[in-house]
Amino acid sequence: MKYFSLIPVIAIGGLLLWAGQDFPKWGDVESPASKSPVSSHFIANTGVDTEVPNMVTAVLADYRGFDTMFETVVVFIAGMAVIAILRGSSVGRPRRKDHEVEAEPDLIVTNTVRLIVPVLQIFAFYVLAHGHVSPGGGFQGGVVMGASFILIALSWDLEKAMSRFPIERCLFVAAMGIVLYGGIGLLSMMLGGEFLDYAELEKILPVSREMARYHAMLGVEIGVGFTVASIMFVLYANLASEGRLKQGL
Amino acid sequence: MGLEIFNTFILLLLVVVALASLWVRDLLVSAVIFGVYSFLMCLLWAEMGAVDVAFTEATVGAGISTVVLVATIFHLRRKSND
Repeated sequence: MKYFSLIPVIAIGGLLLWAGQDFPKWGDVESPASKSPVSSHFIANTGVDTEVPNMVTAVLADYRGFDTMFETVVVFIAGMAVIAILRGSSVGRPRRKDHEVEAEPDLIVTNTVRLIVPVLQIFAFYVLAHGHVSPGGGFQGGVVMGASFILIALSWDLEKAMSRFPIERCLFVAAMGIVLYGGIGLLSMMLGGEFLDYAELEKILPVSREMARYHAMLGVEIGVGFTVASIMFVLYANLASEGRLKQGL
Repeated sequence: MGLEIFNTFILLLLVVVALASLWVRDLLVSAVIFGVYSFLMCLLWAEMGAVDVAFTEATVGAGISTVVLVATIFHLRRKSND
């Protein structure tokens, strides 16, 4: 069976390598992506339109905001799907004892994590808030935040992590993230613009149109961060405990 | 020239790591090697100037997906069948 499955693997791998020759060379100014007017428009106008130095964030959260909103919704739905599949799936099945570790949490591990977790969480906020000027943003900051809770769950147990961030609160925070994102979009619509047209927020913020987009992007990124951080922890908590949400791993 | 050598080294290492993660029989080791693969990809992204993508690869690829794989493997038998 192993050698039989090798045939499609080699065939598809060869096909990919063969098709890969058609890609433009890295950094080629003549490649379609570099020549397209969209790229040069973003390069020329992002700083003027939004005052955001990091073009990637501006494209992600502003020019392409609708797309990012539904990416966040996809993350949320993924969390819901995992809960829907796993919750109740293990009722009546005896818990496997193979990997059950009865030992106390390790002294060195827990104390190291005690030192790391606050730094990790502050770093998560930094990444989230600095998404405009340096690499980062809602997704990365949210993942780092969620990872800090997973780290607690790995080094103590799931109960300890869930006493800090209960699953009900996780789901509430995840939903609030999307509500925050959609709310900013709706607010700019109510102020006379289009959905997610952040520039209209200048009517209620004491800043220029450009800075209104800058600040609205931060709000949107916070929404993304909320959803991603809590869904990451929900995913881990459900997978590690087969949906029981206790005594996982 | 230095970058060429760096790129070639990373790309060769990527192939070795990808094969190794398929080769080992212990799924836990396989998951960890997969994390190594993500970190090598992250290095490549960073070297090509796509720092945002590198950051996402490091957090999601090497961090979360390894943890999720480990969490899943703990509920399976650890040895691969083939």
